[in-house]
Amino acid sequence: MGKPVLVIPCSGIGKPFGSIARDATFRVCDDLRPEKADTLCLSLIVMGDEEAREKVASSRCITVDGCPLACSHNNVARSGGNIAAEFRVMDLLRENRGLRPRAVTFLDEDGEKLSKMLGDRIAAKVDELSEGSR
Amino acid sequence: MNLKPKVGVVSCSGECCALGTLSRVATRLVLEELRPYQTVTLCLPLFLAGEEGEHTFAKEYPTIAVDGCGKLCARKAIARFSKEPVDGVDVEALLKEWRVKPPKDRRVLNDDGIELARRLAKLLAEKVDAVQGAA
Repeated sequence: MGKPVLVIPCSGIGKPFGSIARDATFRVCDDLRPEKADTLCLSLIVMGDEEAREKVASSRCITVDGCPLACSHNNVARSGGNIAAEFRVMDLLRENRGLRPRAVTFLDEDGEKLSKMLGDRIAAKVDELSEGSR
Repeated sequence: MNLKPKVGVVSCSGECCALGTLSRVATRLVLEELRPYQTVTLCLPLFLAGEEGEHTFAKEYPTIAVDGCGKLCARKAIARFSKEPVDGVDVEALLKEWRVKPPKDRRVLNDDGIELARRLAKLLAEKVDAVQGAA
């Protein structure tokens, strides 16, 4: 088996969108594709931790951003990361205008729905990238 | 009228392990339930990426760093880009001191994990009070 795909969420803490990005990432790495996907602390990458930087440079990365500031995408790119795909919670919200997540600390029903949808999409992308590397 | 400055409670992002989840949830509990009018938070990577407003806040207002592990990303980042946080918690070390095992699941905290987050949040709220009392 090849190197796991790194799924790196933004670390948004002020709004539900960051929580959804993180929750979806954990779904993929811990439940849906534990053998194929892994994650890293974004802060560690941005702080210049050597091991973390080496990992993003040598792995295929998927960035997952909660808000348009795109901290994950921008910081992984700035750290020399090899970004193979990017997801934005905002895009998902536009497609699902009926869903209005409000809770930040513990996701509410709409937040859970969005996290599940996003997790499934990321997992599909992980499969695609893993297939491509065989 | 003696207005106390708001305190920034800044959690590490900590996606690597459940200690990060504990740090973030405790931080949010302080903001939402325990000291909603006295505290604000900052997204650490946004702060690290050089967002001017967030740097300025941490320069002008006191901050408390909440770090999941001994790498102390939050504490180091605030010190590097603004000024030393006035206080901080290394959650990994604290749990050892409390003789409590960290939660296992990083996505969803179970009842014990939530109870632990509440205990940590209470400690953080006390630190906020101490900072404001000294201001």
